[in-house]
Amino acid sequence: MMYFPEEVLEHVFDFLSSHRDRNAASLVCKSWFKVERWSRHKVFIGNCYAITPERLIKRFPKVRSLSLKGKPHFADFNLVPHEWGGFVLPWIEAMAKSYPGLEELRLKRMVVSDESLELLSRAFPNFKALVLVSCEGFTTDGLASIAANCRFLRELDLQENDVDDHRGHWLCRFPDSCTSLVSLNFACLKGEVNLGALERLVARCPNLRSLRLNRSVPAEILCKILVKAPQLMDLGAGSCILVPRSDSFTKLTSAFLNCASVKSLSGFWEVTPRCLPAVYPICSKLTSLNLSYAPAIQGNDLIKLIRHCQKLQRLWVLDCIGDKGLAVVASTCKELQELRVFPSDPYVGGNAGVTEEGLVSVSIGCPKLHSLLYFCQQMTNAALTTVAKNCPRFTRFRLCILDPKRPDHMTSQPLDEGFGAIVQSCKDLRRLSLSGLLTDQVFLYIGMYAERLEMLSIAFAGDSDKGMLYVLNGCKNLRKLEIRDCPFGDDALLTDVGKYETMRSLWMSSCDVTIRGCKVLAEKMPRLNVEIINDKDLIEETPDDNQKVEKMYVYRTLDGPRKDAPEFVWTM
Amino acid sequence: MSPPLTVRDQGEESNVSLVASSASANSTCQSSPGLKEHYYMGLSDCSSAESYVISNLSKEKDTNLNLKATELRLGIPGSPSPDRDLEISVSSSELAEKPFFPLLPVKDGFFSTLPKTVVSGNKRVFSDAMDGFRELKSSAYGDGNWTFPTSGSEKETAKVQGKISANLGVNAILSSRSLPNSAAKPVSIKEQPVASSTLLKEMMSSKVLQDGPHTLNNTNHDQMPTNNNGNAPAAKAQLVGWPPVRSFRKNALATTSKNNDEVDGKPGSALFVKVSMDGAPYLRKVDLKTYCNYLELCSALEKMFSCFTIGQYGSHGAPGRDILSESKLKDLLHGSEYVLTYEDKDGDWMLVGDVPWE
Repeated sequence: MMYFPEEVLEHVFDFLSSHRDRNAASLVCKSWFKVERWSRHKVFIGNCYAITPERLIKRFPKVRSLSLKGKPHFADFNLVPHEWGGFVLPWIEAMAKSYPGLEELRLKRMVVSDESLELLSRAFPNFKALVLVSCEGFTTDGLASIAANCRFLRELDLQENDVDDHRGHWLCRFPDSCTSLVSLNFACLKGEVNLGALERLVARCPNLRSLRLNRSVPAEILCKILVKAPQLMDLGAGSCILVPRSDSFTKLTSAFLNCASVKSLSGFWEVTPRCLPAVYPICSKLTSLNLSYAPAIQGNDLIKLIRHCQKLQRLWVLDCIGDKGLAVVASTCKELQELRVFPSDPYVGGNAGVTEEGLVSVSIGCPKLHSLLYFCQQMTNAALTTVAKNCPRFTRFRLCILDPKRPDHMTSQPLDEGFGAIVQSCKDLRRLSLSGLLTDQVFLYIGMYAERLEMLSIAFAGDSDKGMLYVLNGCKNLRKLEIRDCPFGDDALLTDVGKYETMRSLWMSSCDVTIRGCKVLAEKMPRLNVEIINDKDLIEETPDDNQKVEKMYVYRTLDGPRKDAPEFVWTM
Repeated sequence: MSPPLTVRDQGEESNVSLVASSASANSTCQSSPGLKEHYYMGLSDCSSAESYVISNLSKEKDTNLNLKATELRLGIPGSPSPDRDLEISVSSSELAEKPFFPLLPVKDGFFSTLPKTVVSGNKRVFSDAMDGFRELKSSAYGDGNWTFPTSGSEKETAKVQGKISANLGVNAILSSRSLPNSAAKPVSIKEQPVASSTLLKEMMSSKVLQDGPHTLNNTNHDQMPTNNNGNAPAAKAQLVGWPPVRSFRKNALATTSKNNDEVDGKPGSALFVKVSMDGAPYLRKVDLKTYCNYLELCSALEKMFSCFTIGQYGSHGAPGRDILSESKLKDLLHGSEYVLTYEDKDGDWMLVGDVPWE
């Protein structure tokens, strides 16, 4: 074998940006392993309990950017108690000692305390980017420390976090010398911000490209900001309550006219729908539009707006758009790649919402569609089959029929055939969420055809253990499996225990798995953490082994049971 | 003339009297049996009212100059159009004798929309009337979700009402004073004045406009996340974590719905009110929800009706025309002799286009 000096190898590895490529390269030989670990600057850890911070630091001494994910996905839907875990503080404390050059931290579903943020802001002089998605545990005081102490901050991106808003003037804490901001997103904050400080901050950051405001920022301030920052590419409006045809409305329209670069638009937490025409000047350039937090914009206004957006690639809306609106999307947005339709009324039997017709029209009109999240009232096998034929390129297909176990509303059959068509046609499918009435048959199809599938979410489906087994046996690339309210029990769980080490995690809740099953699994697979998450009220009792487990979370780990598990979480 | 009595005296909302006036200039007072008589005189011999109004005038004069030509008041029930001419040449003395707009009887706790359209002018003891008004409002609002077409909570609404009284007082004085000077005709916002019952009917019709979406809203309410805790749809038990929507999103939508509900019952619905100007060949409709305050409403009305006036008051001139050309009176400006109108159920001729097609 040719000998490459390490510097050359390192230079070559620089071009490997994907984690998987780097992981693969590190397995080739010891020399490559060594070069790779010294040159790795970005690390992604999909489950913060899979390894300890110390282990990370030991292998990769020069990390500048870390991404961490904490709680299991179903925590988003209140299925995981708050104190379950996912604390970032131990990571920050460990990195403070060993990664003085840390620049970026991206966290998802973790518990972030103000103390962590304070430490973060002080321990890393070069810190540049903080992205928090669906996190909790911090207040605006923590944000104030970041603002005040991170002298080279480029990115502060808060997405859908649960923040305790003390209404402190955290925005004022950005020093006058801070001119480096490129991205600022505080849309999820509920409280007021100091508007003067905001304006001044925007004015002194010439590189600002992305700005997402929260609902406390009124239209007049938005207008001033647009005037000061016409270079913005990504804008999240706060409130847009205006009188149509008033002066402020006219000013806002001309401010938008001057924003030649805005490609992404979101926000509108509160809005006067009849003022939306102010936004029309930028619509034709938009590639991304997220109005899923703007219930004030009803179907017709939404449609009028969308008609202007011919270049849209990503669209997130509420289901008040209706099938009619989706037909307009289909005829207007020929470049559409990602569509998400959220329920404006999460409870069944509400307003009309969308049906299979909307989905079918979009599949006909938008051949590039590859990512879908669709909450609807009803579905048919025929529609799914048509969609599968029209859009064979789906990589993410998540369908949620609001009424659990709802069959095909025309034929009253289960939706096995429809989803079967999807997995058969979409060879690149990586993520799939099922809903509606489903038998074991759909899992047979998934096991047979969904070769690339990495993440599968199942609810209220299946008849027997066979269903789960089809999936475990068939999907070679499965990484995450989450199941709720399905009749899968110990037999399904224990048939192929080795499988779980090839996966990141398995979640099963309200299924037929028993305590005994969990114990057996834990015993056979020491490198798995088998956690049982109890109802806090039941901790006192010593349950019978035959008792069914309400919530089970299984994940592979190199470092054994975690030490921060609360009382109600048992690691078997 | 009896001294003005206040609604407050009544103690109970349902006892508010109807004060209707006849066509005559005399102040008369009709009362139905069982209802107490009330007689509101705006600029009557009530010296306190006068001084109140006058003192307000000096304060408010500057801010309200552009209102001087728009006398907003409710039409008088029982009086056909010609009577309104009486108001044109109003002088303080005549005003003194004129009966003012009536309060509608409150039926079954149904509170009329009167308050919203009662941007009435010169005829009340405002603070008193408004107080009673507030009482009425606070009781009936619980049911009907009637709110002022301004944003904000109940507290703010009370504030707005307070503002109304000031404005009304001022409008009254200004209009009465300025009328002789201005060539403009007074504009009145009216509900159909023929009889109290038709007045009520008009209330109903404009309520109906809101009723449609309003009732929708009521049913939606039951299913909105805001009301989730009590009012989950009866048929379905609620599953934890279903549908799989992030709690952040659920909470955010709930907050927004709550805010919108405080504002106007259902986001997107409109509150249309008929506006008539004496002598105009047709009436117009305005969506009160698109305005945040009286100033805006007045200027909008001014723009809307300025094409009918012979001369332009104020310094609008060319800009005024430009703005107007974008308005629905395009046809007129471009010289077309004809506009499209329709006759509504009250017999008024309305300009086509004011109410959105949907």
